[in-house]
Amino acid sequence: MTGTAMPLNAQGAPMARPGRRRFNLTFLGLVPFAIFSTLFLLIPTSYLIVGSFLDSQGSVTLQNYAGLTDPVPINAYVTSIEISFVTALAGGVFGFLMAYTVISGGLPGPFRSGLMTFSGVASNFAGVPLALAFVFTIGRTGLLTTFLAGIGIYPYENGFSLYSKLGLEIVYFYFQLPLMILIIAPAIDGLKKEWREASENMGASSAQFWRYVALPVLMPSLLGSMILLFGNAFGAQATAYQLTGGFINIVPILIGNQLTGDVLHNVGLGYALAMGMVAILGVTLVAYSFLQRRSERWLR
Amino acid sequence: MSGSPGGVNRLGQGIEAMQSPTTASAPGRPRSFARLIWWFVFIAGVVYFILPLLGTFVFSMRAIPTFSAYTDIMGDPLFFSSLAYSFTVGIITIIVSIALMVPTAFWVRLRMPRARPIVEFITLLPFVVPPIVLVFGLISTYSHPPLPFTYTDIGSSALLVAGYVILSFPYMYRAVDTGLRSMDIQALTEASQSLGAGWLRTLATIILPNLRVALLSGAFLTLAIVVGEFTMANFLARPAFAPYLSNLSSSAPYQQAAVALVSFGLTWIAMGFIAILGRGSRTRVTVTGAR
Repeated sequence: MTGTAMPLNAQGAPMARPGRRRFNLTFLGLVPFAIFSTLFLLIPTSYLIVGSFLDSQGSVTLQNYAGLTDPVPINAYVTSIEISFVTALAGGVFGFLMAYTVISGGLPGPFRSGLMTFSGVASNFAGVPLALAFVFTIGRTGLLTTFLAGIGIYPYENGFSLYSKLGLEIVYFYFQLPLMILIIAPAIDGLKKEWREASENMGASSAQFWRYVALPVLMPSLLGSMILLFGNAFGAQATAYQLTGGFINIVPILIGNQLTGDVLHNVGLGYALAMGMVAILGVTLVAYSFLQRRSERWLR
Repeated sequence: MSGSPGGVNRLGQGIEAMQSPTTASAPGRPRSFARLIWWFVFIAGVVYFILPLLGTFVFSMRAIPTFSAYTDIMGDPLFFSSLAYSFTVGIITIIVSIALMVPTAFWVRLRMPRARPIVEFITLLPFVVPPIVLVFGLISTYSHPPLPFTYTDIGSSALLVAGYVILSFPYMYRAVDTGLRSMDIQALTEASQSLGAGWLRTLATIILPNLRVALLSGAFLTLAIVVGEFTMANFLARPAFAPYLSNLSSSAPYQQAAVALVSFGLTWIAMGFIAILGRGSRTRVTVTGAR
């Protein structure tokens, strides 16, 4: 923005107090935000980036990234991605079905607002209390476990454990499902009644309507929402830590162990692990915003 | 407020989602069989949602005498001190976050639209830098000179607040920005300044009151997240609520169940306030919370 010309805003109207002939100080309004984000977001992140390329003597190296290919980090990434993928897919499909049920499935109106409000709560009910709730329910002495034992079913004697990958997926599903319901609801609202009527007038069956109209329109929203769920599970640390006591090999737990110095004593590897996580989440965010733009085409 | 789900769809705005309480008439002419399936899906989901809460409640009732788990935690000074600590941190976080985001979003909208992509990018970063990575970075940067925050309790708490403010960026910025979009800040600012008010006064007495619904729902969401947040509080060794709940562990299992339920109740209260505030408008969803 030049200092001499009268500055215009986006609407093309003159700004408040226009036309001062002096050095432009407009940027000063953003200085507090810039300083805060630099201090507490950009510098700490840069510290990790730089650290990931340095060895313990402070010279430049790629050794930390080479260390990511060791069995433990590789397994951590594979497990993290698998858990995030499975819970995003399951939460996405089931969340869509539930949202569709209350919006268009012919259930009475109050069910919708009830489910939406509860989803708002449940999507924020995560971390330590969530992990505990599942321990009390399907842990070794949990409510459901003892109930099942009463009718002769013993999950723990048949290979099930809450403190495993499958257990973690069951727990993550608890915040993935309501998040999907909340994110996908506007897209389902955007499906226009006229499209259904038009396709029926042309003789389309319900299956054809879904195959050729509804799903293509919804697909970007569905994929985008599931990608968001993926990132949501991928970054989660507290739930897994509480559930397994830090003994499941996923990336956030591995980074945490690095931070407390319990297991690995290689800070550089910790930095590289964190960077791998940032890179994967960065890709999910880019993919998400791309799909989000695609979904705008029909749903507005 | 039904109908248009638009406005949610620019970069990152799906991080907040609309909730319109009126039943929209999307396609679907449920026949009785289809309706049966929908009911089944709905009930299965509800059972899954409720079972863990029921399990926790039943477990807390196994304490002898009944309800002693609840009377026990009422007599535990750590319960109250950790809760007070987390609430204090939450409220400071809210104040800092509002003091930072309102002028920034206002300024971007009024005077520096060209800075919007940069500001939006920074406010989206917490999605890419999750709490575990952020706290790793904060501790690595500030546990040694020249800025040894973690040497003192107050420094560590300040670092925790800073981390939470960063976590609040995505939904706070978008809440404020959406609020500003719905009013004519150009006219309001000019009117205010022609009456002799300065920038700060305009912000505090004109813009802020007009944003109260957006800010309050952002504030309650922040409170819900901060009070339940474990990762950052734990690594910064802060006496917060979630680490307290975690540390109750096997020594006091029934009490732990009781506190877990209290935690759920607090989330419920915070989200209830948001639902009341946003009646007919929108419920905010965040993916940068305490998971």
